[in-house]
Amino acid sequence: MTLELIAYILGGLTIGSALMVVLSNHPIRSVLYLVITFFFISGHFLLMNAQFLAIVNIIVYAGAIMVLFLFTLMLLNLNQSDEPNSKNYLSLSAIIGGGSLLLILIAALRDEFTFNEAIHENYSGLVENLGNTLFTKYLVPFEISSILFISAMVGAVLLAKRENQQID
Amino acid sequence: MAGQLATIQGLTVDYYFILSTVLFSIGAIGLLTRKNMIVMLMCIELMLNSVNLLLVAFSSYFGTGDAQIFVFFIVVVAAAEATVGLSILIMAYRNNRNIEADLLNNLKG
Repeated sequence: MTLELIAYILGGLTIGSALMVVLSNHPIRSVLYLVITFFFISGHFLLMNAQFLAIVNIIVYAGAIMVLFLFTLMLLNLNQSDEPNSKNYLSLSAIIGGGSLLLILIAALRDEFTFNEAIHENYSGLVENLGNTLFTKYLVPFEISSILFISAMVGAVLLAKRENQQID
Repeated sequence: MAGQLATIQGLTVDYYFILSTVLFSIGAIGLLTRKNMIVMLMCIELMLNSVNLLLVAFSSYFGTGDAQIFVFFIVVVAAAEATVGLSILIMAYRNNRNIEADLLNNLKG
């Protein structure tokens, strides 16, 4: 019963901070609310016995990717007057579209399965079991993802590089 | 310990299904509403993370770790997407001195 209560409170906090990401005007506030959202999602991972993934989520997402966003945002040095505001009818139609997406996803997938069973307590989320699965069954995708990383890194350097100044 | 499946009291896959769908929709609404490119990228990260939440819930429900491996790959794709997206954003800022997505309309006929 207490776990259920913790899960519901965490879920409410997650939805609230995710809403604040979208609603807050200043981009730095959005980044900080997104970091808080990732911490709450890591709390959900801990509740479902996926400890290693919770730590990875905090270190990689909140620690690396979000700090990258924050650095970029502070390097750009934007003013309040640069903040683009969207038109009213655009946001209204976006809210209608997103709400219908939510309704359709829930209505379409609810009939397909019945998910009323409880989540089991299992030990597949521990480091030992996860590493065994990753380095035996999923070894080839793991190696291919390193190629993806290298190509993304080269692409980022190539894109963000300042072009050579021509002397004429 | 692996044979007997003790249920965690009160947690259902249903709850996590609805929670991750709501988070995904919030991300989609933010992607459509906001005009700031960096906030749009952050909304994509939010949508990816809601999918991660559902994958972990299914992994706990079925008792295998395979879905959590897919969460790793999603994190890899998210990191690659964030680096390339941010470098494109820096290029757009150099050209326009602004990061509004509506300014990138050079291809419009």
